[in-house]
Amino acid sequence: MSRLKILTEHIDKPEITGIEGYIKHGGYRAVEKALKKMQPDEVTEEVKKSGLRGRGGAGFPTGMKWSFIFKGNDKPRYLLCNADESEPGTFKDRLLMEKIPHLLIEGMIASSFALGVKTAYIYIRGEYMYILHILQKAIDEAYAKGYLGENILGTTYSLDLHVHPGGGAYICGEETALIESLEGKRGNPRIKPPFPAVEGLWGCPTIVNNVETICKVPFIINEGGETYANIGIGASTGTKLISACGNINKPGVYEIELGVPVEEFIYSDEYCGGIKGGKQLKALVPGGSSVPILPNRLITKTAKGEPRLMSYESLSDGGFPTGSMLGSGGFIVFDEDQCIVRNTWNFSRFYHHESCGQCSPCREGTGWMEKILHRMEYGHGRMEDIDLLWDVQRKIEGNTICPFGDASAWPVAAAIRHFRDEFEWHVLHPAEATR
Amino acid sequence: MIETTNITFSPERLAEVQTLLKRYPEGKQKSAILPILHLAQKDFGWISVEVMDYVAELLDIQHIEVYEVATFYTMFHLKPVGKNVLEVCRTGPCMLVGSDNIVKYLEQKLSIQDGETTPDGLFTIKTVECLGACGYGPMMQVGEKYHEFLSEERIDQLLEGFRQNATQP
Ligand SMILES: NC(=O)C1=CN([C@@H]2O[C@H](COP(=O)(O)OP(=O)(O)OC[C@H]3O[C@@H](n4cnc5c(N)ncnc54)[C@H](O)[C@@H]3O)[C@@H](O)[C@H]2O)C=CC1
Ligand SMILES: Cc1cc2nc3c(=O)[nH]c(=O)nc-3n(C[C@H](O)[C@H](O)[C@H](O)COP(=O)(O)O)c2cc1C
Ligand code: SF4
Ligand code: FES
Repeated sequence: MSRLKILTEHIDKPEITGIEGYIKHGGYRAVEKALKKMQPDEVTEEVKKSGLRGRGGAGFPTGMKWSFIFKGNDKPRYLLCNADESEPGTFKDRLLMEKIPHLLIEGMIASSFALGVKTAYIYIRGEYMYILHILQKAIDEAYAKGYLGENILGTTYSLDLHVHPGGGAYICGEETALIESLEGKRGNPRIKPPFPAVEGLWGCPTIVNNVETICKVPFIINEGGETYANIGIGASTGTKLISACGNINKPGVYEIELGVPVEEFIYSDEYCGGIKGGKQLKALVPGGSSVPILPNRLITKTAKGEPRLMSYESLSDGGFPTGSMLGSGGFIVFDEDQCIVRNTWNFSRFYHHESCGQCSPCREGTGWMEKILHRMEYGHGRMEDIDLLWDVQRKIEGNTICPFGDASAWPVAAAIRHFRDEFEWHVLHPAEATR
Repeated sequence: MIETTNITFSPERLAEVQTLLKRYPEGKQKSAILPILHLAQKDFGWISVEVMDYVAELLDIQHIEVYEVATFYTMFHLKPVGKNVLEVCRTGPCMLVGSDNIVKYLEQKLSIQDGETTPDGLFTIKTVECLGACGYGPMMQVGEKYHEFLSEERIDQLLEGFRQNATQP
């Protein structure tokens, strides 16, 4: 498998953070090409051809989303970059923004051009304030060089780009909560439809895209959508940043060509370098805390016995009974010493803490799950609690305004499905469970 | 602890606020609420009701609109905090690599519990949810800075550094 790096080829070069270094390594060519040689729709067409899918987690085809932007009124259109990155296990966008901020800015300019956007915002989680300063400096440099502002590179196209901090709320990564937050309100998700592409920021047509998604656009413009589509495997085209963490030898962010076997990703020295301390692999959460956990026997092989690959299709093979999801690429590895009950409790506490509180199944259900799991973990669990937990998660799933509810339910369901014996053990061994 | 008696931005800050407001279309100045609350917390230490009222007046919006927002987002301290707020991540991936022990060690060393402030006003411990550093845990954020791969020795060094900073004028 070739080791093509679309985003991270130059990331270790210190000069790449500044505009001169970025240009020296081929930066801003896509802006030149798009603005001077292409029509906006041609840019969208290339993105469609590339098969690029949203890297925020849902994997929705980017070109298709762009073509949904409503053009039937004369309201301004907006492009929002989702840099909220708060899904536990996910720390990939941070790397791009910190090390190679101009890639995001270039992507934002080219994408805004395609969408007919005159003002764009990067919404970044408030805790990343030091990165906000890096981005602001890069934006200032881009204005000074004429890549932003009025009549970019002497063309008729003008764009303003701003960066906006959040205030510490996981839910603001959900695109409609992000929009509410950017409007200066609490981050309460809206009911979809209408999708933001029709009615988003201040009621105007709006596209929300993840940092990594936007950063792919310059390559697609430079090399063509088809070239991008030829990388990867099947409908999982291109490369993906995977942020690997947990009990592995080499935690970090890796750009992989989609289709790499999970086994290779975990054990080869090029990526995770195997399980720390030579221990056994117990479980894997492949796509951020919201996706189902996989037990050892379903990690490197699917239920059908085929090698499991790092792709949207292969990771979800078997559906929830035996599969999971690629999600945001937050790859969390558990060794044999880790307690699934404790981890499930920890995640439930997270979801309870982060629920915006609008829907009762989510607000109350996450609290219930946290409470039940807490008592199991601390040696006060009852056998009936396992079924009760199952019942609570099932009543949340599908009954809420936004998918946060599902995201809180799925990890619990999968933990019970694959590790029921561990829950039972906690009930039967209360003294050891509290250890 | 910083007392919030004189709640007014400096002229430089007010100029910064004016620049922020220009980023949003006319009539949408409410959007600047989060960036301004961040500046206010930097200058006044925490977000008291007086600070919220001041922000509301700057933005020419109802006071309650600021209360609603300031209480929703976890980064805003609604009570006074120590000079250094040690925000330790406690979420799953960090727990897998030992964040529980880091919290315990800090609590022991500073003789305070999660959420409390040392009597000298130097430190507050606050456990927080995932900060996007999951591969580099255990970790904590202090001010804008991320401190990663924490160990007991590293914590000792960091606390010493914060103490020394505090004695410098
Ligand atoms: N990166 C992170 O930190 C996190 C990521 N996630 C991920 O977020 C995902 C869920 O995100 P959602 O935005 O709720 O998913 P979604 O499937 O509703 O939407 C995905 C994107 O496609 C657009 N879209 C879908 N159908 C459309 C239509 N008919 N017309 C126009 N646009 C359309 C949406 O506006 C959105 O931008 C989960 O799968 C999870 O993996 C969740 C938590 C945190
Ligand atoms: C609870 C929740 C949190 C989310 N957090 C993020 C996030 O931090 N970053 C992100 O890019 N997408 C996040 N999403 C997905 C966004 O709603 C949206 O699908 C995405 O930003 C679209 O961009 P993409 O198509 O480029 O992936 C979240 C979704 C949900 C339901
Ligand atoms: S599902 Fe949860 S987070 Fe989403 S809108 Fe409902 S209460 Fe809020
Ligand atoms: S879990 Fe601690 S930074 Fe993500």
